[in-house]
Formats: sequence, C-alpha cells, structure tokens
Amino acid sequence: MSTDLAFSSLAQLSAQLAAGEVSSVQLTQAVIDQTTAVEARVQAFNSINPEDALAQAKASDARRAAGETLGPLDGIPVALKDVIAVKDQPLTASSKMLENFVSPYDATVTEKLKAAGAVLWGRANLDEFAMGSSTENSAFKATRNPYNLECVPGGSSGGSAAALAAGEAIATLGSDTGGSIRQPAALCNVVGLKPTYGLISRYGLAAFASSLDQIGPFTRTVEDAAMMLQVLAGHDRRDSTSFKTDIPNYRAALTEKQGPWKLGIPKEYFGEGLDPEVGAAIEKAIAFYRERGCEITEVSLPHTEYCLSVYYIIATAEASSNLARYDGIRYTHRSAEAKDVVDLYYKSRAEGFGPEVKRRIILGTYVLSSGYYDAYYLRAQKVRTLIRQDFLKAYESVDAILTPTSPTPAFKAGEKAANPLAMYLSDIYTIGVNLAGLPGISIPAGFSSAGLPIGLQLIGQPYREADLLAVAHAYDSAHDWNAQRPNL
Amino acid sequence: MNYEAVIGLEVHVQVKTASKIFTRVGQGYGHPENSLTDPVVLALPGTLPVMNKAALDAIIKAGLMLHCDIAEVCKWDRKNYFYPDSPKNYQISQYDQPICIGGEVEIELPGASRNVMGEHKQIPLTRIHLEEDVGKLSHFANDSLVDYNRAGTPLMEIVSEPAIASAEEAYAYLTALRTMMVYAGISDCDMEKGQMRCDANISIRPVGQTELGVKVELKNLNSISYVRDGIAHEIKRQMAVLKAGGVIVQETRDYDGVAGTSQSLRTKEDAHDYRYFPDPDLMPVRVDDAWKQRLAAECPERPFDKQRRFMTDYDVPYTITSVLVPDRALSDFFEAGVAVAGKDKAKQVANWIINDLLRELSAAGQTLADTKVTPAHLADIVKLVDAGTINSNIAREVFAETFTTGDAPSAVVERKGLKAETNTDELEQWCRDAIAGNEKARTDFLGGKESAINGFKGPVMKASRGKANPKLVDETLRRLLAEMQ
Repeated sequence: MSTDLAFSSLAQLSAQLAAGEVSSVQLTQAVIDQTTAVEARVQAFNSINPEDALAQAKASDARRAAGETLGPLDGIPVALKDVIAVKDQPLTASSKMLENFVSPYDATVTEKLKAAGAVLWGRANLDEFAMGSSTENSAFKATRNPYNLECVPGGSSGGSAAALAAGEAIATLGSDTGGSIRQPAALCNVVGLKPTYGLISRYGLAAFASSLDQIGPFTRTVEDAAMMLQVLAGHDRRDSTSFKTDIPNYRAALTEKQGPWKLGIPKEYFGEGLDPEVGAAIEKAIAFYRERGCEITEVSLPHTEYCLSVYYIIATAEASSNLARYDGIRYTHRSAEAKDVVDLYYKSRAEGFGPEVKRRIILGTYVLSSGYYDAYYLRAQKVRTLIRQDFLKAYESVDAILTPTSPTPAFKAGEKAANPLAMYLSDIYTIGVNLAGLPGISIPAGFSSAGLPIGLQLIGQPYREADLLAVAHAYDSAHDWNAQRPNL
Repeated sequence: MNYEAVIGLEVHVQVKTASKIFTRVGQGYGHPENSLTDPVVLALPGTLPVMNKAALDAIIKAGLMLHCDIAEVCKWDRKNYFYPDSPKNYQISQYDQPICIGGEVEIELPGASRNVMGEHKQIPLTRIHLEEDVGKLSHFANDSLVDYNRAGTPLMEIVSEPAIASAEEAYAYLTALRTMMVYAGISDCDMEKGQMRCDANISIRPVGQTELGVKVELKNLNSISYVRDGIAHEIKRQMAVLKAGGVIVQETRDYDGVAGTSQSLRTKEDAHDYRYFPDPDLMPVRVDDAWKQRLAAECPERPFDKQRRFMTDYDVPYTITSVLVPDRALSDFFEAGVAVAGKDKAKQVANWIINDLLRELSAAGQTLADTKVTPAHLADIVKLVDAGTINSNIAREVFAETFTTGDAPSAVVERKGLKAETNTDELEQWCRDAIAGNEKARTDFLGGKESAINGFKGPVMKASRGKANPKLVDETLRRLLAEMQ
C-alpha cells in the first residue's frame, strides 16, 4: 500500500487527498519510507528533509480539514533539482563551490509551489551547474538509473528523474538547457517537460546559460505534467525574459483537444547514431498516431547538423559569464592558500569547480574573447536564428514534431565520462529545441531488450503547451509504460 | 615645434532614482555599509536583473537636454572582468547600441574679465550610455572590505569626442554638464560623494597635424579643479617628453590632485579583454516617439538658453545672470518675483536677490529652500521703494525684518511706522534748518555747484530718523534754495 502510494500519479493522489482516502502525512511518509529503502542505491538526492516535509504535510492536512485546500498540488511531495533556490535550504548546484551555501530567498517556482501547498522535500542531484548528460559530474555523488544501477540516469537533471522513477517523490523539478529534463526523463521512464522559453520564470534558478535555461517538471504522466505546469507557468516581473501570455487550463486541454494532428518527422533525426531499438520504438509510436488518423509527414530541419556546435558556443559563452560570480569573495568556496586577490580567484575557482565546468568556462571565455567573437559567438547566433526558422517553417505544415528523445537508452556509468564529445552527442535530439526556444516533452515509449526505458520526444509550437500536452497525452494515456516500476 | 592638445572626457554621472538600476532596493549615500543590498545586488545564484524604467527616463532626458539622437532600440551588454567591487564579475553596460548617440555640450570659456561673457562653443559628444555602478573597496593592513551599497546604482557614461582643446575647456565642459544634469534633476553631481567622476584621454600633436597623437588616460580626477590641473599637468608632461626627444607611451595614469603629480597605472599591453556580449537576461528596449515626447516635455530650459533670455527679455546684466542662472531654484525664484513685480522691475528684483537675499541667506547659514522670503515679498519691496514710500536705507531694514519674520515688507513698514515722512511743514522746517546750518554748501549751490545740494540731505535725514522721502527732500530743498536766490 505504502509503496503503491509512492508510485501513484499526481492526478490520482490529488483525487485521493480530496476524497479523504489518504492524508498528506501518509503520502509523505510513504515517499520517505521508499526513499529510506532505495536511496542508498539510487543516490538521487543531495539532501532531504523528512521532518520538515512531514510538518508541511501536517499543515496541508490541517488546511484540508478546515476546508481551505490550496488546490490540486496541496499535500503532494515534490523534490527540486538542487539548482533552484529554496529559502533557508542548501543550494549546492552539486558543486564544491556552493557546498555550504544556504539560499536566503525562494525562486519564483518555489514560491508558486509553496503557494499551491506542495510539500517541498529534498534537493535532487545534478551534473555540476547543470553541465552534463549523466549526473556523473556532480561533486558529491553519481546518481544511478533505477532501472539498472550500473547505468546513468541521464543528465543534467538525473537526480530529479531518478528520484521520481524510484518513487522518492510524486513529481520533481528539473532544468533544461540542452535536453537536461527530456533526456533523463527518457532514460528513467518518466515524463519530462521543457516548456517554451519564457513560460516559467527563471528567477531563482542558478544560471547555466541564460538564453537556453528553462525550468520544467518531471512527472509520471502527461496529465501530471499539465497539473504541474498550471502552477508553474506565468509572467514574473523579476524575470525580464518571462513572457506575458494567458495561461490556459492545461489539464482540460488534454481531453478537449482531440486531434487528429499533423505530425512532422524530421528526416535529419533518423540517421547515423540512432540505436535500432530506440528507432523501432519510435516507429511504433508513429504507427500509433497514424492509426489514430494523424497525418504523418516528413519535415526537414536542414541546420540540424550545426545544433551541437552552436549550442556549445552559446551555452559556454553565457556560462563563462554566469559562473564568474563564483569567485571566493562572498558566499562560495574560498581557497585557504591564496596570497592576493588574483590568486584568490585562481585557487578558489580551481578548487571549487569540477573538470566539466572548467572545460566549458574555458571554451566560453575563448569564444567571447576579442578577435574570436565574430567567428564564433556572433556566427553561432546567426545560425541559431536559422535553426529556429527551420522549426517555424516546419510548423507551417505540421502541428507538432515527433522524434526520439535520446539516440540510445541509458549508457553504463563511466562509459562516456572520459569522452566529452561522445557525451555531448546524447543530447543531439534535444538541443535544437532549446536553441529555438520551443516547448518539448519526453514521454515513456517502451523498453529496450535490456530492460532500459526509451523516450519519445514531441516538439510543439511556441507557447502552445496545451496543444503539445494534448498530443502527448493521446499516446501516454493509451499506453502503460509509465506503470512499469524499476526493480529495486 | 608648437604642440596642441586634444582631450576627450569620459564622465560618469550617478543617476538619482529611488531604487537601483536592476532591482527594487533603494539607493543613496551615507547608509550603513551593505544595508542597500538584496539577492540581486549581491549576485546570489539564480538572481536576475530587471530594468528600472526611471533610470531609462533619466538618461533619455539627459540625451534630450544634450541634443543627442535617441536610439529606437538599445540593448544591454555584459562587460566581463574580475574585481571584488563587482558582485557578478561582469558589469551590465551598453556596448554597441547605446541609448544616446551624438549630441553636444555648450560651454562658456572664461571672459576677459569676470563681468564679461566668455566665448561659447559646442563640444560634440560621441554617446551616452547607461550602466550599473560597482561597490566600494576599503583596504586595511591585513584585510580588504567591500561595501555594495553603491553597487547597482544607475550610472550614465557621457563620452565626448576628442574635441576639447585645453584644461580650461575641460573645466568649462564639466561645469556646463553638471549644471545641466542638476537642472534636469538627473543627478546632484556631487563629486565628493562620487556622483560625478571623470577620466580624461589626453594626447598632443604638432599644430597643423590632423591625426591624433598617442593618448594617455588620466584617472581619479575627483574634483572639477583636479580635472583642470591634471590635464594641464599631463599636457606639460607630454610636451616635455616630446621636446626631450622621447616618445609618449599609451598608458593609464593615476593623478594625485593634492601632490599635483601622476604615475603610471598600466600600459596598453595589460589592457583588459572585456569579452562584451549581449546580456541574455535583459530584453532590448524600444524607445517610441510618445515616450520621447513625454520626457521632452519634462525637460527644463537649458541654462545657457535661459541666461540669454534673461539678458534679452529682462535686460539683466551678464554678471547678475551668471549668479542667478546656474542655480535653477534661484532663477525660478527670480522669475516668480518678476511675474509679480512686472517685467520692467526685473533688474531691481534681481538686485534684491543678489545683494540682499543671498547675503542674508549666507549670514543665516540657510538655503533658498529654507527662506521665509517669497517672490511676492521681493515685488512688494521694489514697489515700496519705487513709490517713495520708503527709501533704500529703510528698505534694507525692512527686508531684514521680512527675512527674519516672513512678514510682507508693506506689513513691516506699517507695523514699525517706517513710512517716509511726508508732513511738509515738518519737512520744510528740517530743510530750512539744514540750509541754515551749512553756509558753505548754500553758497556753492547758489554759485552753480549742483552737487552741493547733497550737503543738506544728510542732516534732513538725520532729523527725520531716516524716514524722510528723499524725493520730497530734494524738491523742498530746491524750492527753498530757489526762494533764497
């Protein structure tokens, strides 16, 4: 019973809470128990706070008893990637640099979740400063894939994906700069939504690459994702890039919008490097939509081959600047060895940052330096515009684009750790979406012969999450991949 | 060989807004260290900047005052460099798309004497852009401390073309700029509080040569006088180097205003690579015509325009306008007085301000904002004197009383019984006594020496305790003297 609770969908638990069939304290205890049972193997969390979680759950139950429930999320245990600020809680970004940092303020999404009554519980592990695709780059621990503990959970939001997959939360938040929600969602058999850039406030998200970063939910079902998005979306005056738009009822749209849709298959995504089992699963998904009356057409995204290069120029350029604040002067790790201020910078940063972060800072510094700016950064921005235009052109003839999320199922821990380029290629299908600022979702779409999850990515049009979720829900609600549990 | 100097100035002016440039925390001077901070100012992980519209308004206003073109679209760039006074280790600034482009600053050079208007000329501007200020470091024997109160204060950088020819022109330029900024309420430009800071780029070249010489940047010019002295010193230094057969090195020098010396800070070789790029956290800003027009309507008259108008419309001499005009409140006070007294009384109103009001204020240690004297009081006293109700000596006394009590001059005259004596019988007697008492003056006057009449006036005034109407005294004396002839 307890384990069933921990693996139930948000929608179902919300209904049970409303009906008084379960209390938030029971549910939260179930999640804590499951975490106690599996966390030593999964290692999804940097920190957890069971006592505080139970206190929040108790408050939620008291509200409900008084008839003052704050909505569908009231009493639901949610975990946040350890790169999103929660007042008075650690915010480490899985970096030695912020090992002892406690945030004195709430991120906007944190405020919204608190206002919705969610039980905020646990800080999920990640690749340091969200840089990586395997959650092996954490300064503290390597999170494992619940479906195979020898495999990675994906990254950078691997802790958030694994925690959810292992029943250690009912929903989690991640951040997605080049696929960091969708790729681990695919590898861990959960739903991962990266909304349109600007739909969810970034205020309180420790920045990796400002023009690409977007917060999004991990959930068991597409319906759950719609429920989370409802709470998280909306304009925030503290984020200048936050978009002013009307927020529809996402959950209602799941059933109101019935299709049939025109779906585009980008030919550039089905070539070399695609695992045959992943390809086969995606073919089955395409067949499902076709049977539902959807028109499937091939589309072309001709600048796809430049996505990776453009991404690693723009993302690292922004990162080199965003991460400059971690300098040993104020709240970060400070070297004890430094002799003067320049030495303090050098040594604090050398000691505080891990190799992948350093690699990207160096690359970003290089592409912005005088004499190289035009050749790299400026050109990358121009190609980025072309990449976005590719997508917008495709949307003249289709409603959504369907692709694999990751070219392969989860790979073995350590397998790509020494080869950054091979690691970067695991985000090949997700990066273009961030460059174009579009919404994308990964949903469970089967398992490999080795029992590893496979994800299907659907890419939507800007700020039309309601349509995207409806397309995804059609598949998700007709399959039970998400009912599979890892054998832990 | 004769050399000429070419100077360009980069002036930073702190913009007076209620809150900082990218967050709602307040700004100001003299608060406890690090009290004007919040997560955004301290650059805590996850914080984001949000543009303060009031700061944009201020810089657009400055641009309109200085005849700049206002860009339709401007954007924000990051200037990356590591220094502990900068919490993010980059400064949000504007690189290739500033808000204000071109423009000019009208300056006045010293005249031949203090009483003569000097030459006016226009110094062209390159641009004005907006950026954030940094914090302040204090160094001690073993520690350095940083105060982020100033960090994130909106800062305008006003860049001139290399078109300033002398230290005096630089001085005039800063004076004019400061007057203009204070006029428009953009900044108080107090250099002691760091609200206005100046770096000077100085080069010299043989007269007649068109290309620029090697430039030296002079930093830490923290008063307008130091700017003048520092530039003069640097020009002399460069000329000495060239005349001795040396070469000027492109470098940044630190000027010590107290010692009057400078020393090299860094050369071109260790210049920064700022790695500018567009700030992805801020959207570009579009400035439409309606916005510009609204701000143009809020811009005050430019000081030199006002000075010319005062001289032409009110026939007020240059010396007086050069006291009234640089202080906007004072010139407003003057115009309010004129509005009551009448345009033909402008000069008298001005004289009352310059000679009496300013003296009383200074003696009382007050400013114009504190005074009980109103523009209507000025008009009142001018009227009393003009009508002969009081003479100018009594008027001084009345004004002093008005200054202290705030009572209208006519009320003071009434209350103290200071109205000029017009009882002709008594007056005639005083005049007769005066004539009788000064035989020599009588003979002189009757002998044709017109000025001798003044010899009688003193005693009459004395007899009347100063209340006699001077005009009437003069008339009566002349009548009596004529009778004697």
